Amino acid sequence: MASIELRNIRKSFGAVEVIKGVDLEVRKGEFMVFVGPSGCGKSTLLRLISGLEDITSGEMLFDGKLVNALAPSKRGIAMVFQSYALYPHMTVYENMAFGLTLEKGKGKEEIRQRVERAADMLQIRQYLDRLPKQLSGGQRQRVAIGRAITRDPKVFLFDEPLSNLDAALRVATRIEIAKLHEEMNNVTMIYVTHDQVEAMTLADRICVLRDGLVEQVGTPMELYEHPNSVFVAGFIGSPKMNFISGDKASALGAHTLGIRGEHINIVPEGSGWSGKVIHTENLGADSYVYLEMGTEEPVVVRLDGANEYKSGDVVHIAPMQDKIHLFDAAGKPMH
Amino acid sequence: MATETMAPPVAAAGPRIKSELMQQRVRAARWFLLPMLIALAVVAGWPLLRSIYFSFTDASLNNLYGAEWVGFGNYLRWSVLESGTVRYRGLLVDANWWNAVWNTVRFAFWSVLWETVLGMIVALVLNAEFKGRGIVRAAILIPWAIPTIVSARMWSWMLNDQFGILNDLGMRLGLLSQKVAWTATAETAMTAVLVVDIWKTTPFMALLILAGLQMIPKDIYEAAEIDGVHPIKQFFKITLPLVRPALMVAIIFRVLDALRIFDLIYVLTPNSAATKTMSVLARENLFDFDNFAYGSAQATLLFLIIAIFTIVYIWLGKVNFDGGSR
Ligand SMILES: Nc1ncnc2c1ncn2[C@@H]1O[C@H](COP(=O)(O)OP(=O)(O)OP(=O)(O)O)[C@@H](O)[C@H]1O
Ligand SMILES: [Mg+2]
Repeated sequence: MASIELRNIRKSFGAVEVIKGVDLEVRKGEFMVFVGPSGCGKSTLLRLISGLEDITSGEMLFDGKLVNALAPSKRGIAMVFQSYALYPHMTVYENMAFGLTLEKGKGKEEIRQRVERAADMLQIRQYLDRLPKQLSGGQRQRVAIGRAITRDPKVFLFDEPLSNLDAALRVATRIEIAKLHEEMNNVTMIYVTHDQVEAMTLADRICVLRDGLVEQVGTPMELYEHPNSVFVAGFIGSPKMNFISGDKASALGAHTLGIRGEHINIVPEGSGWSGKVIHTENLGADSYVYLEMGTEEPVVVRLDGANEYKSGDVVHIAPMQDKIHLFDAAGKPMH
Repeated sequence: MATETMAPPVAAAGPRIKSELMQQRVRAARWFLLPMLIALAVVAGWPLLRSIYFSFTDASLNNLYGAEWVGFGNYLRWSVLESGTVRYRGLLVDANWWNAVWNTVRFAFWSVLWETVLGMIVALVLNAEFKGRGIVRAAILIPWAIPTIVSARMWSWMLNDQFGILNDLGMRLGLLSQKVAWTATAETAMTAVLVVDIWKTTPFMALLILAGLQMIPKDIYEAAEIDGVHPIKQFFKITLPLVRPALMVAIIFRVLDALRIFDLIYVLTPNSAATKTMSVLARENLFDFDNFAYGSAQATLLFLIIAIFTIVYIWLGKVNFDGGSR
């Protein structure tokens, strides 16, 4: 269990500044997710926390103690890499036990118990004698998580652990990680992803990063309901929030009007805004209708169940008044 | 589910399709191998068979074709003296030959051992990220790129007892009380040869090991860092096991090379019993002493020793020539 505090953390590679002054507090036992577009510095920030990368300036505190110069192995962390990073010449058991065998005062029996407990948790007990190359991607990822569990860490770091898995396995492993967080409820977890569904479903709080800076930190619902900027509004939620500027926005005194697809109603002809259907997607439980309305990107309307619209149909829509987000020219919300 | 119901027909058709494909592949492989096999037969197979044949004859340089079959006479023959004692003669009881074998083995052992250790260190350094790595990588290959004859001459001047820079430096720094004829003195000749060979061949070893090192994924070292594995332990527990396949191949290349060492010793320490190796001795008998058949017998034994060593090494070391795909 550890709380982590970042104070004005900066990181440069040569002349390029990648992390540009991050202030962040991760609470004890919290599941914190870093999201952001590719190249915004999520992995770098995680590696700074792990100690694999040196901090250029700023302060990093674990439980109030400065750890800037502390070696990764002394920070009480465990990390799960996107590439698994298993030792290819060691069996699953050896992979999981290797770190423990190096710690002083750990008996063989205790190590065995810890490895087996972790293996049971992840249902990889039957693979303990195999080499990593004899496992599937999903099994390897579970071994990597198992190796992290056996370290009994105070902080768990994940760098896009699911990105090499197929869709079904990704959902299954995501649920496993969520379960893990419940079982190890006093372990702080930091999880990097660019998949906002993972972020929404796993996180206690989400930290949205953009270009080396924190854009907003909050619970998934806070971010969903009260995004701090057009960027966050567009990044959180699926399908993406619709942005409408021009007359319709200035009628409400804003530069940009934001409305989510699920907060738009179809209304009878003669009221609301009209748009032409250019595409529809039926997902079974719900469906999306894409409307051409003179905006930069088509407006997406989410409907329950299937829909019968065809391309070329003219549809009239109205946003739910209390769900409209208004932004000024700088992309900041207006209240 | 769908794949399970599909499985039987596929399995039934499998072996036939596969064997047709295999046949085609084997046929193609034979055609590709043919030119190399012909070339090998001409430049290696035929001379080898000839010299094995000559080792069973009494051939001499000016009478190669009129040679007569003498069986194992060149290897071992005996005569019973009047006094009743049996006298053995031939290669297998030739002290000079066994001295050469011992010299060769000693040379191969020490040179490969040092080249492996130093080559590993150099490879580890070259594998690290630092400024100017490209230049250092190129520079380190220079000793290996120089033709052996040239570097042997160069070193023989540096080791020269009268004018050599090593003696000069040693005297000036007070390390030597008198000038030493490094290559001519029996006690130092082997060391001198070893030093030059190690200087020359370490880069080659380093390059082979470096290729193996670069196949090890970088991320497992980060995992090791988080596991708190000490760098020395990282080397023995992670790097060494993973580079082992490449290392085993590199070592066997070097041992085979070292067992037939000739040029360096011929130039650096001619006629020194302390360094004379199997190849040098065989050449001497073949061309200088006009013992063509005897030299052939030595060449044949040399071939046998190398062949046996190679087979044992590959067998015991489970060497994988495919580079250890992981
Ligand atoms: N070792 C390095 N040397 C130089 N630049 C680096 C290094 N590591 C990362 N960068 C740069 O830092 C920036 C952020 O990289 P980072 O890997 O943190 O992005 P990310 O948010 O994890 O992206 P992704 O979602 O694609 O993984 C990138 O522009 C990258 O080019
Ligand atoms: Mg990344």
